[in-house]
Amino acid sequence: MPKYVSQVHRCFRCGYCKFPSDYSSFNCPSYRRFRFDSYSTGGRLWLIYAWIKGELEWSDHLGEILYTCTTCKNCVEQCPMKFAPDIVDWIVEARSDVVEKGKIPERVSRFFEAVYNYGNPFKQLRSSRAAWANGAKRYARGDEFLLYVGCLGSYDENGQKMARSLVHILNASRISFGILGAEEECCGNEVYMLGEMGLFQNIAEKNIRKFTGLGVTKIITLCPHGYNVMKNIYPTMGARFEVYHYTQVLSDLLEQNKLIPLPAKAKVTYQDPCFLGRYNNVYDEPRQILQCIPGVKLVEMERTRKDAFCCGGGSGNFVTDLLAGSPDNPARVRVREAYETGANTLAVACPGCLTMLTDAAKAENLDGKLDVKDISQVVRDS
Amino acid sequence: MANTSVVYDSLVKIVGKDFVSDRREERYFYARDGGLMPPHEPDFVVMPRTTEDVQEIVKLANREKVPIVPIGAGLALTGLVIPQRGGIVLDMKRMDRILEVNERARYVVVEAGVTQGALKNYLQRHYPNLRHSIPDAPPVATVVANAVIHGQGRLSQQHGFNSDMVSGLEVVLPTGEVCRIGSCSVSSYWFSKGAPLPDLSGLFLGWFGTTGVITKLGLKLYPCKKMRDVMVFLADKAELVPDIMLRLSHTEMVEDAVVSAAPLPLRFRGTFWVMAYITGDSDEELEFKRKMVWDALWEHFENRDVGFLSVPPDMKAPLMSMPSKDTTRFADVSKGGGFQYAGPITPIEKFPAFHRKLEEVAAKYNVFYASTTRLIGAGHCMMFSFSFSFNRANPDEMARAKKALDECSRFSLEEGGVLWKADVDEQKLLMNKMDPNTLALIRKIKQLLDPNGIMNPGNWEVP
Repeated sequence: MPKYVSQVHRCFRCGYCKFPSDYSSFNCPSYRRFRFDSYSTGGRLWLIYAWIKGELEWSDHLGEILYTCTTCKNCVEQCPMKFAPDIVDWIVEARSDVVEKGKIPERVSRFFEAVYNYGNPFKQLRSSRAAWANGAKRYARGDEFLLYVGCLGSYDENGQKMARSLVHILNASRISFGILGAEEECCGNEVYMLGEMGLFQNIAEKNIRKFTGLGVTKIITLCPHGYNVMKNIYPTMGARFEVYHYTQVLSDLLEQNKLIPLPAKAKVTYQDPCFLGRYNNVYDEPRQILQCIPGVKLVEMERTRKDAFCCGGGSGNFVTDLLAGSPDNPARVRVREAYETGANTLAVACPGCLTMLTDAAKAENLDGKLDVKDISQVVRDS
Repeated sequence: MANTSVVYDSLVKIVGKDFVSDRREERYFYARDGGLMPPHEPDFVVMPRTTEDVQEIVKLANREKVPIVPIGAGLALTGLVIPQRGGIVLDMKRMDRILEVNERARYVVVEAGVTQGALKNYLQRHYPNLRHSIPDAPPVATVVANAVIHGQGRLSQQHGFNSDMVSGLEVVLPTGEVCRIGSCSVSSYWFSKGAPLPDLSGLFLGWFGTTGVITKLGLKLYPCKKMRDVMVFLADKAELVPDIMLRLSHTEMVEDAVVSAAPLPLRFRGTFWVMAYITGDSDEELEFKRKMVWDALWEHFENRDVGFLSVPPDMKAPLMSMPSKDTTRFADVSKGGGFQYAGPITPIEKFPAFHRKLEEVAAKYNVFYASTTRLIGAGHCMMFSFSFSFNRANPDEMARAKKALDECSRFSLEEGGVLWKADVDEQKLLMNKMDPNTLALIRKIKQLLDPNGIMNPGNWEVP
């Protein structure tokens, strides 16, 4: 029996999960978006328990409630109970049961089908996975690092720009690395968070086998989602790689004077990606990079670090987009908050955040007022 | 019987379809709270944004004779916002603007959905020399709901119930009129809920939403000193606690005085933790207050009846936090997500009898207990909580906890206490004991204000 079945009733629905630590505003993305208590973590857990007990039949609406959770872990940070670290695991386990019963929302189903058939959630051809790469070197045995670009970096227009910037910087810094190109496949982080454990296992085992076969020992990921799954979940399946998010690598390069950014003039605020910050406690390196750029002034948003407000893209929502359709969608709320700092640039370290927040800035008519850029783009443009 | 599709369509017209639900999931969640009262589903959950929205919804409900239940965070735990007869649950949390702080007259005006947490944060950030009386409910509890149930908070020792700190109201009456209560009815200032006018706030505070929907509330603010500390004294005789509390109150130096008792951890079993909170703008002020507190209890020290606990920083931090997360954590003591407490308001002298009853009932029903007692006013009364945790996956334990609570409530009434935020059954106990003319007055007021009986029916229903 999955653990959540015997544990999920322990939620008291006290509502701490809705807040950041200073209680200044609502920090649960789906609750902030929809405002019915049913969309808060407490609501979700009570409804899951009702479903387990047979007091609620499965419905499309219940599926929507379950899948609008972005697994951002704000609830894990804020819940005062001893079981707090398990909350997202319970949600993922419940989703896994839902997947097994074939009751997932249509958009989530399409996400899985695309990953299964195409190796990415965008239904893009595997052969065009490296179309962004513009001659970037393929990984060869003996390279120090494998640069794992991920689906967003490979296919999404914003993600591709981000990937090209990073490759440019790594090349300029004379780092020994290569990419997998068309051989690369989805990392599986979103598939895992969405509860398709069979597909995830297949993806993870295939990736581990491939990386091991190529002699990979160190991986740089473009995306915090890939970083999370390779650093924390692949090892439970036998993987033995050193995994770095690219901001950790750039931060080291700056410290060793192997990367010397040129002066720039920008007031920058920074969006902590959930899978880098709350999941992996990487808060300082991205800020160190920005602060190393002469002329860049870093200003913080009100909600930052472990209290950062999710862009709404986690758990595959950058594709399924279940939180869209309102000025209250988390990405739009977040770009307004970024703009209120007086910054002219919103720096991100995640292709998911990049695409969500870029779209949100357009929706908020902040074009020309607030540039959404990845940190590698900020460095490259300096 | 109202035509539900007409009501639904009308609600959508008022607040937009994103903020109306008749779906099973919302109806399930809003049918219950974290306590032990049986659930009952609403027909609709609606989230208004403005007073005008509320006004239109109430007019609709009155016209269609549909029950309407305003809700904050639903944390009373006694089922006060469970819609006993269905109808519309009015989730007020979208009305979340802090409208005004008058720094010199020391009050704030908030909309009905403003949470305790948001107000605390706002004052700390913008008015660090002002504070409000923060209850130990989770921060999502709303300021208005706390006042409506006569909540208590960190300033209750000095200033009484949190409802005593209300300085004005805006209310939508059950027939749809918007009504201002207090100084704000004749002035742009919200400094008084009554005096020197007839105090009409009593028509709404303590009525659990049965006489109207409060849409705005003025709340008195108090000086926020730069420093704060807690002194923890230990006593092992319940009989001494009333005297300790009175002595602390006599100093007029204590911001908050709380006594807690629980059977775990074992090293503290049988020990009462008396916590005296002091504040100051300087070390000298704080030290002076410490000395006053020591002097007040010195006789008990000399007799070795009271000890002082030197609290290490990691233990002090949770005692200092507002609200206290430890209060909420009690819900997981039984690893089951539930607790409820009977919290009678009673004279301080009843502490020993109430504590004996708590231990007796906990043993009788085999339920885990804790108790927190807060001094209210300058020793005029206290709130004594008979708290029992339970496992929501264990129906037998839930039934035992409910019996324990019921027995404690009956005992409290017999001992001269008055039940706080009484559930519908406890309200009946109270009304059975109430002076008949008082009861008749309640009936008259209710009939006058709410002729169609649409407001939170089932509560304060005089037979």
